[in-house]
Amino acid sequence: MGKLELEAVSKEFKTGKVLDRVSLGVEDGEIVAVFGPSGSGKTLLLRLVAGVEQPDEGRILLAGRDVTEDSPEARGVGMAFQNFALFPHMSAFDNVASALTARGAPRNVIRAKVEKVSALLKIAHVLGHAPRELSNGQKQRTALARALVAEPQILLLDDPLRNVDAKLRYEMRLELPSLLKASGSTVLYVTQDYKEAMAIGDRIAVLSDREFTQIARPAEIYGKPATMSVARLFGDPTINLIPVAPLASPTGTTIGVGGALLSLPPGFAHLAGKACVLGLRAETIAVEDTSSAQSFPVEVVAATPLNEKTLLLLRTDDGREILASEPGTEEAPRRHGPAFARFDPGAALLFESASGRRVAPQTA
Amino acid sequence: MEHMSVAERMARGVLVVLVVLFFLFPIFWILLMSFQTNEEILRIPPSPFFTPTLANYSALITGKLVTAAGTLDIAFMRNLWNSVLLSTASVAIALILGVPAAYAFARFKFRLGEDIAFTLLSFRFAPPLLVLLPLSLYFQALGLTDTYIGLIWVYQLIALPLILWIVRGYFEDISPDIEYAYRVAGHSWWRTFTRIAIPLAGPGIAAAGLLAFIFCWNNFVFALILASAEKQPVTVGALAFVTASGIQYGQIAAAIVLSVAPTLALALYAQRYLVEGLSLGALKG
Repeated sequence: MGKLELEAVSKEFKTGKVLDRVSLGVEDGEIVAVFGPSGSGKTLLLRLVAGVEQPDEGRILLAGRDVTEDSPEARGVGMAFQNFALFPHMSAFDNVASALTARGAPRNVIRAKVEKVSALLKIAHVLGHAPRELSNGQKQRTALARALVAEPQILLLDDPLRNVDAKLRYEMRLELPSLLKASGSTVLYVTQDYKEAMAIGDRIAVLSDREFTQIARPAEIYGKPATMSVARLFGDPTINLIPVAPLASPTGTTIGVGGALLSLPPGFAHLAGKACVLGLRAETIAVEDTSSAQSFPVEVVAATPLNEKTLLLLRTDDGREILASEPGTEEAPRRHGPAFARFDPGAALLFESASGRRVAPQTA
Repeated sequence: MEHMSVAERMARGVLVVLVVLFFLFPIFWILLMSFQTNEEILRIPPSPFFTPTLANYSALITGKLVTAAGTLDIAFMRNLWNSVLLSTASVAIALILGVPAAYAFARFKFRLGEDIAFTLLSFRFAPPLLVLLPLSLYFQALGLTDTYIGLIWVYQLIALPLILWIVRGYFEDISPDIEYAYRVAGHSWWRTFTRIAIPLAGPGIAAAGLLAFIFCWNNFVFALILASAEKQPVTVGALAFVTASGIQYGQIAAAIVLSVAPTLALALYAQRYLVEGLSLGALKG
């Protein structure tokens, strides 16, 4: 099978530069989810690998072979397009078989392979239908089957779950990782849904501002985001970002939040006096009735019970709104009114205001 | 539609009948005329009742026109054959040249691309007579006057821009992703063109071809100036019925019926291709 490497790939359109010296290595059999806001060039990245677009600069290597100049049909990749791009004048069977007919496979081999992949994707019963007779979910599976059937070294999936309904998307999110692993292909999976990226990717490559801001395992992206924008993109509800100015004090480094002084864990002394932003995930804030050393007074403005958790909107004394979440309980949700938000120093993320980059604690 | 009152429905019916009468009556009258002698046609007042005769058709088919002044040879069947040959060959060549060109204009942005496409379209703006005089001089010098090849060449002025611009629109309507998907699956661009682009633009190609055929068939002035009786189509050949001893209305009517028949048959045959909407359901939603 094959490794996929992008080396300093750039692409510019009349409207401006979309990708600026982007590099990425995807190991053999690995699934990398490319995640980013819409218009960040995720689809373009796939199209460059597929050979449908040409990069202005840089090289693309498949299994160590430079394919930058190769035409799409010479690259041996499989691709599922976001809009499915099924051939409307062919049956679902011929659509799926198209990757095999190109290789001149014998008829019985084609039939066997198409039937195998269709059974896997549960479209065997609609193979005789024309694309217009298929539901969106079936179209999506047909497009996926077409990409998978020839067992390509590299599989490019462009937001394949975007146009299917919520229920099917949820099911596919569970099924896809094992399906893709079973195919053995190296996968580049584009998505706009951070949960999908976390569910499917072995690693996630976050694309924003014309380059990868972070390429890491899902847990790391969530727990140690490289920048404020990455922190904001992952997580529901969105991370709380509070401007702070760390101060050096005899007991350590402290920050002022909502009128209270909170101590940071060791290792942030060098930030004293610099403009920073504190990132607090909603689930790390505990809302309590009594004050403690690491808490600040808040007012509970609204409580939204969602089955597995309750979302709380808090307002600090200086008027800042903060989201906190608590595990859902059978009991009545917390009343509105004054409370105390307890800060968990270990879960605090600190970003430099100027660059937006996360600052890791320094070890002495 | 369901909410129309009886009065509205009747008014609608009457209007439709009027429109149909207005457009179809001349054709119907010509059909009647083709079965009448010149005397019956010219009697006053005109009457739809007459003894039908096949004399007009037999004169056209045998090529012997019997008039008061004597027997005249006419080349109507030859003209009809010329029309078929010229129109078919012109449309065939225009399709072979125009469909790939339309694809290129639809898919690729190249230097002066739009200018070339517009120049080709502009051939349709110029009055044919304007280009015909210089063209006839060139044709004489090149030895193309009064040849089928010369006429077919000139007919490209009619057929090529039409096919190019109509088919281009159909190609532009096909999502490029459908073609990319076929290429990523491992097919060459030529196979993608023949297996994906052409079938999907099929209805458009059929419509453009039919339209070009009708335009070629109806052309009069090119053949009038650039060819002799030997190579002229029916449109020019019909002039032969204006004879020294009078205008042969019966034969003209029969000639019209015979010359309309092939295009009518073709249009009826091609109709199902024109209506077929193939690109439905190709993309999401």
